Amino acid sequence: MISLTLVPTATWYLVLAAVLFSIGTFGVLVRRNPLVMFMCIELMLNAVNLTFVALARELNDINGQTIVFFVMVVAAAEVVVGLGIIVSIMRNRSALTADDLAELKG
Amino acid sequence: MLNLIWFIPLLPLAGAILNLILGRKLGDPRSGWVATIATGTSFLVTVLVYFEMLGLEAEERSHVEVLFSWLPVGSLQVDFALLADPLSIVMALFITGISTLIHLYAIGYMHGDAKFSKFFLYLNLFVFSMLMLVMGENLLVTFLGWEGVGACSYFLISFWHTRNSAAVAGKKAFVTNRIGDFGVMTAMFLAFSAVGSLSYGAINEAAHAGELASVTATAIAMLLFVGACGKSAQLPLYLWLPDAMEGPTPVSALIHAATMVTSGVFLMTRMNPVLHISYDWAPTVIAVVGAATALYAATVAVAQNDIKKVLAYSTVSQLGFMFLAIGSGAYVAAIFHMITHAFFKALLFLGSGSVIHGMHHEQDMRRMGALRKVMPVTGFTFIIGWLAIAGVPPFAGFWSKDEILLYVYANNRGLYVVGLVTALLTAYYMTRQVIMVFYGKARWNDNSAEHGAHGEITPHESPRVMLIPLIVLSVLSILGGAMQLPFSKDLHFLEHWLAPVVEESEAYIGKSWAYQNKYLLLLVAIVVAVSGILISISVYAKSKFKVIEPKILEQAWKYDHAVSRVVGGPGAATFNLIAWIDANIVDGIVNGVGELIRSVAGSVRRVQSGFVRTYALLISFGAVAILAWFLLRGVLL
Repeated sequence: MISLTLVPTATWYLVLAAVLFSIGTFGVLVRRNPLVMFMCIELMLNAVNLTFVALARELNDINGQTIVFFVMVVAAAEVVVGLGIIVSIMRNRSALTADDLAELKG
Repeated sequence: MLNLIWFIPLLPLAGAILNLILGRKLGDPRSGWVATIATGTSFLVTVLVYFEMLGLEAEERSHVEVLFSWLPVGSLQVDFALLADPLSIVMALFITGISTLIHLYAIGYMHGDAKFSKFFLYLNLFVFSMLMLVMGENLLVTFLGWEGVGACSYFLISFWHTRNSAAVAGKKAFVTNRIGDFGVMTAMFLAFSAVGSLSYGAINEAAHAGELASVTATAIAMLLFVGACGKSAQLPLYLWLPDAMEGPTPVSALIHAATMVTSGVFLMTRMNPVLHISYDWAPTVIAVVGAATALYAATVAVAQNDIKKVLAYSTVSQLGFMFLAIGSGAYVAAIFHMITHAFFKALLFLGSGSVIHGMHHEQDMRRMGALRKVMPVTGFTFIIGWLAIAGVPPFAGFWSKDEILLYVYANNRGLYVVGLVTALLTAYYMTRQVIMVFYGKARWNDNSAEHGAHGEITPHESPRVMLIPLIVLSVLSILGGAMQLPFSKDLHFLEHWLAPVVEESEAYIGKSWAYQNKYLLLLVAIVVAVSGILISISVYAKSKFKVIEPKILEQAWKYDHAVSRVVGGPGAATFNLIAWIDANIVDGIVNGVGELIRSVAGSVRRVQSGFVRTYALLISFGAVAILAWFLLRGVLL
């Protein structure tokens, strides 16, 4: 009798985190809509969070979970600032893509 | 009274400022009177200070008046301080006195000049600078005056700057003087590093106390001598003085005969303790340079035809005499000759100015002659000046020249012979000048065709304002010798007066053969002077001998030529090369670096595309690269 018990190990979570991180990176690189890029960055951040939590549990080290809180707090603040900037830019210009904001080119 | 010595330089400065602000409004001749009164008052203050000092004991005749702290920088503490001691007061007396007379004279001479008030502004500024030079308590204040007289000399030589030769002469004087200034500055740095002070008191004290090494003292003395060579027109830097005759004649009399050119002699006398402890060869160098200059300039003066050029070379020659005295340790004699020379050379220059004025700006002696009759006062006073410079007793120049020759004989007989030959030549060329200008046939209109529009020249006597200074100076030229008569120790007034400043004097030649037979030397000097005059008379007045005036003497042994050749040829080429190196290589390196960075930046700047996603891509590449490094490090290494 083969019992098919799937016991999730840390590796699963790490793989998942890697996949999420890659999707986020890919999204940032290919999408031009600032909002979507922003969401992709959040995705990357949370992939990292997942890594932290998985490893904290695996290594039995509370520090990993503590850092996650820091990341979440910083991410929340970042969302406020980032969204604020994006909204104020959107108000002035319609149909905006990230490539339109190239005023700082050398 | 002694604490009011700052009035002495202040008054001419005030005159200069007044003329600067109101000069145009005051105009001709009032601005001249302002300047004259300023200098005259300064003279009166000096006289008062002199009498006050006369009442003091000899040791107490030194007063330092600190006006303010000038440079308080760490260990460099320089006060803006004036020093009243026998030397500075004697200098101030004859500077302000003669300046006043020359200012007065200039009112007449410069009458009608478009820049009348500016002339007096410069003259007053010059007197101020000269007084700072002699009354400064430290080398820096003296240097301030030193540069001041240099600048004023430049302004005044090129006063008629629309004339190219005047502008060039001014530049020449300035540049030549700068070479000398380099020596003074270096001496100043050296004195500060060796003694830690620039004050004359401290430096001379250190020299007395033996705290100054002989080698340092020699270096300081020689560097100061370089400066003195520039200011006092000694070989090889004398070049500027004959050209300085481009300036108005009062300037030649004031700056290039009586005062500024004596500042080198003054400085060497002021620092005499330093010179005293330097190596033996240092004074010898000074004496030899002085003697060479004296002889050289005298030979050149023999063949000059410009009335002022003769006097200019004669000045160079007499300054050589003073340095001969300095080098022989005869500081008192040098100062004595400086003063008598100031009297009779100012007189001669002003006399020549009077002649030029009367001849409508004709300076060629070949076109003069017989002026004695039309210009009796000028002629008479000029003759007194001639007798004084030729060394005929009892005129002033005789006593001072004899005093120098006495010391020179005691020190170095070879140089004594040079001195005698120079004295002979001096008598000779001055007689030649007097004969050419005041005696013989009238040659004013020999070339009247050349004058064209000017037509006939009718010489006339100068106005009274110009004649009074001539008369005063001629009295001084007669009586000036009374300052220091050789007959008895009690008659050495100048020596007693200067005793606190100049310690090494007659005592150390007292036992020499020369001193014991000084009357014999006196006689030799008279014979030499009289024979010079007689030879000249037989050549120029009686025409018994052929006139010998080689072309090479007229051109000053081609020294000026040679210098111009060197500076204008290889010198200019060298400077052009340096300029080329600066423009192409030095600037090339600097500009090349800039250009390189600009072009690199130009290609690198494209990376800054402004596209956020490009940056993100680059960041992720970077992240991957770092990750790869960490992962592969273990495998590869």
